[in-house]
Amino acid sequence: MSNDTLNLTLRIWRQENATSTGAFRDYKLAGVSTHMSFLEMLDVLNEQLITSGEEPVEFDHDCREGICGMCSLMINGKAHGPDNATTTCQLHMRRFNDGDTIVIEPWRATAFPVVRDLVVDRSAFDRIIGAGGYVSVNTGNAPDGNAIPVPSTTQETAMDAAACIGCGACVAACKNASAMLFVSAKVSQLAVLPQGKAERNERVLNMVAQMDKEGFGHCTNTSECEAACPAEVSVSNIARLNREYVRASLMSGG
Amino acid sequence: MVRVASETLNSRVPEGPVDEIWDKHRFNMKLVNPANKRKFTVIVVGTGLAGGAAAASLGELGYNVKAFCFQDSPRRAHSIAAQGGINAAKNYPNDGDSVWRLFYDTVKGGDYRAREANVYRLAQVSNNIIDQCTAQGVPFAREYGGTLSNRSFGGAQVSRTFYCRGQTGQQLLLGAYQAMMRQVHLGKVQMFARREMLELIKVDGVARGIVVRNLTTGKLETHTADAVVLCTGGYGNVYYLSTNAKGCNVTASWRCHKQGAFFANPCYTQIHPTCIPVSGDYQSKLTLMSESLRNDGRVWVPKDANDTRKPSDIPDEDRDYYLERRYPSFGNLVPRDVASRAAKERCDSGFGVSETGLAVYLDFRDAIKRDGEDTIRRKYGNLFHMYQKITAEDPYKVPMKIFPAVHYTMGGLWVDYHLMSNLPGLFVLGEANFSDHGANRLGASALMQGLSDGYFVIPYTIGDHLAKATLPKIPEDHPACVDAMQAAKLRIDQLMAVQGSRTVDSFHRELGLIMWDHCGMARTKSGLETAIGQIRDLREQFWQDVRVLGSGETLNQSLEKAGRVADFMEFGELMCVDALHREESCGGHFREEHQTAEGEAQRNDADFSYVAAWETHGVGEEPTLHKEPLSFPNVPPATRSYK
Repeated sequence: MSNDTLNLTLRIWRQENATSTGAFRDYKLAGVSTHMSFLEMLDVLNEQLITSGEEPVEFDHDCREGICGMCSLMINGKAHGPDNATTTCQLHMRRFNDGDTIVIEPWRATAFPVVRDLVVDRSAFDRIIGAGGYVSVNTGNAPDGNAIPVPSTTQETAMDAAACIGCGACVAACKNASAMLFVSAKVSQLAVLPQGKAERNERVLNMVAQMDKEGFGHCTNTSECEAACPAEVSVSNIARLNREYVRASLMSGG
Repeated sequence: MVRVASETLNSRVPEGPVDEIWDKHRFNMKLVNPANKRKFTVIVVGTGLAGGAAAASLGELGYNVKAFCFQDSPRRAHSIAAQGGINAAKNYPNDGDSVWRLFYDTVKGGDYRAREANVYRLAQVSNNIIDQCTAQGVPFAREYGGTLSNRSFGGAQVSRTFYCRGQTGQQLLLGAYQAMMRQVHLGKVQMFARREMLELIKVDGVARGIVVRNLTTGKLETHTADAVVLCTGGYGNVYYLSTNAKGCNVTASWRCHKQGAFFANPCYTQIHPTCIPVSGDYQSKLTLMSESLRNDGRVWVPKDANDTRKPSDIPDEDRDYYLERRYPSFGNLVPRDVASRAAKERCDSGFGVSETGLAVYLDFRDAIKRDGEDTIRRKYGNLFHMYQKITAEDPYKVPMKIFPAVHYTMGGLWVDYHLMSNLPGLFVLGEANFSDHGANRLGASALMQGLSDGYFVIPYTIGDHLAKATLPKIPEDHPACVDAMQAAKLRIDQLMAVQGSRTVDSFHRELGLIMWDHCGMARTKSGLETAIGQIRDLREQFWQDVRVLGSGETLNQSLEKAGRVADFMEFGELMCVDALHREESCGGHFREEHQTAEGEAQRNDADFSYVAAWETHGVGEEPTLHKEPLSFPNVPPATRSYK
C-alpha cells in the first residue's frame, strides 16, 4: 500500500472573519499519499491554493503529535475525524478512500466563535481555569514532595483526568455544546488529590459559574464528548463533578 | 579570520565556592519592597515552562505582569510535548544521588561547555521544583505506599527522573499555566494570546518594551514595561523538519539580537537518535520515539548493503548491530549524540533501510522473546501505538525504523548569572538562553531548567535590576516606541509587497535542507562555507520571489510564517559561522576534521573552552565574536568514552 494515492474532494468551510457569513467551498485534490497526516494533506492543498492565487485555508495546529490541543476540525461531522482517541494531527490519510468527499468544518459552538475559516476562539476555556482550576500555592510555599503520601490508585485517577488536552472536541461533539467534560476533568483531578482538597468547594462552584457565563450548554448525558475525546477522558468525571457540585452547594448553603 | 572583541564578557558569577554562591548572592542582591513591587510592570514573552512559571511567580510577588504567546492559549507551548520526565537530586531511591552528582553529570553531559555556577544552581533548586509541582497537584507517578516514584534516564547512574506517564511536560506545563491563570484571575497578570513579538523597544540602551502583532486582527501593538523577560524557546525549526511544534521560531530572540543582544553558541544543536523517519516530501514534522526504547530495542542494519530481504528473514549473522559492535560497554545505550552519528555513518555508507535508505532498524524481537509481549506492551505500549498510527506497521511483529532528527537547541541568547542578556533589562529564560546545557543536553533536564529559571531564579534576579536601574516612565508615543513600531510595520509591508511566485514553505524546506546537509549531525569547513553561500543566495531569492497572499490586517498564517522564515534565513547563516569558527568537536557539534582515529569527537579545550557570543553588525556583515572563558575548577574536563 506504500504507493497508494487518493483523489479527493474537500468541502471546506471558508469564512473571512468573525462577523462575515461563511460558506462551504469544494476543492479537488489529486495524488494524496496515504502516508500523509490529515494536516499534511491540508498543507498540500494550501500550497496549491497559494500557487494558484487563492488565499490558503486557515486552521489551528502546532505540535502535530497529539498533545498541545491546538488542532481541531469537524471531519465528516466528527470531532477530530473517524478514529477513536486520535487528534486531527495524528489522523492519517490511509483512513480514507479514493474518490471520497471529505467535509471539513470548524468547531461549532456559541462559546467558540469562528475567527477565520477553521480557526475558532477557545479562550473561554482559559477563563474557566482562571476561575478556579488550580491549587492556590505560591512559589516557594511547598512542603517536601513526599510529605503528603498519595496512593498510586488515587494518583492514577487524577492522571486519567489530567490527561485532558483542552482541545474542545467535547464541546464540538455535544449537541448542547456543553463543556462539562472539560470542566469535570480539572475538577476531578484536583478533587481527588489531597493537595486540592482545601479549595474543593469554591473551585467547583466558581468553575461551573464561569462555564455557564461563557455560554456553554447543559449536559444531557449523551456521552458524545467521551466518544470524541482524543485523550480518552471518561464521563465518570462528569458524575464526580455533579457530586462535587451538590456537595459544595449544600456546604456553602447555596 | 573572525573578528574578536578585545574584552571578555563578564558573567557576573560571584566569587566563592560553587555550592555557596547562590545562597550568598541572594542575600547580596537588592530587593524591591512589597509595596513598591506593584509600581513595576514586567513583560514575559512566551508561556512555556519558563514563561508560565515566571509570569505566575512574578504576579504572586506583586509585580504587574503582561504575558504573551502566539498560540491561541497559553497552555499550548511546546514544553507540553516533553515525554520522559524531569530530573531532581532528591535521592528518594537512596541510590547515591546528591546535588553535587546532578551538577557533575550535567556539566559532563554538556561536554564541558556550560557555565559551572549556573549548572550548580540548577541542581540546587531542582528539589524545590518537585515540591512546588507536587503542591500544585501535578500527578507525578507514585509507589503503592504513596511516595514519589523515579526512573532512570540517559547519562546518569542513579534514578532521579520524576514523571507523569509519558506526558511529564504536559502536566508540568499545565501546573505552571494554572498558577499563571490564577494570577490572571486576580488581575496581577494580563494575558495576551495570539500575539507575536516583532520588535524589542530599547530606551537609553535598556529593554523597556515590545511591539507585537495581534495575530487575529493584524494590528501592531506597543507594550512598555520596566523589564522584558524572553521565554521563547529554541530554534530547531531552522531545519524545517524537527521534533519542534510548527510554530516554534527564532523571531523574538533574533529581533533582540538585532537590537544588540549577543547570540551564544548557536551551532550547539541536539539531534535525537530515535525518531520516525521521513516518509515523503510532504512531511511537515518529525515525531520522537522516547529514548527509553533503547533499553530493550537493538539497533541494526543489514551487513550487505544490497540485502533486500524482509528484516524478519535476515538471520543474525547477516545483521550488523553496529552500536554493540562499536561500543561494547554501552551498546545500544550510548548518549544521543553518539547514537545519532553512528546511524548517519551507516546510512551514508549505503547500509540504510527503507525506501529512502535513511533509516535503521530498532528491533524488539529479542526482548519480546526474552520477556514476553505483555511485558514489552506494559513498558512501551503507548509508544508502539503511536508508531503504528503514524507508520501503519506493527512494531511487535516487524522492527521499528528510526532515524535521527533535530530535537533541541542548546545555544541561545547570551545571559549572565542573573539570566540577563548584555542588554540591561532583557532577561532570557529556558531553551531561549544558552547557559546550562553546554554542547549537549541530557535527557529530563530541559524541563528542570525551564522551571528553575521561571520559579526560582528570575523572581530574585529581576528585583536586583529593578531596584538599581533608573527607569523613567515611557509613554507609548516615545520616539523609541514609534521607531520600533515603524520597523515592524515596514517589515510586514515588505513581505506583503514581494508578491512573487514561491510559497513560504518551499523556501523554508530548502533552507532546512541546506542546514541539515551542512550544519547537521556532521560539519566540515568546506560544507559550512558552501552553506553560507547557499543561504545568502536563498535569502536573496526569498525577498524577490516569496508569495504571501491576503492582507496584513487579518489572521494570516502565511504572513506569520513568512516573518519567521525571513528571520531563520538570517539566523541560519550565523549558525554556520559559529560552527565554522569552532574548530573542534564537542557534544552536538561534530566537525569531521576533528575526530579520533576511531571516529569519535575530539574536543580542543586549549583553544575553545569558551562561550562564543556573537554581536551583529547587520545582515550579511561579519559579526563580532565576544568570548566568555569557561573554567571547570569543580568538574575537571575529561574525554567522554563509551567504548
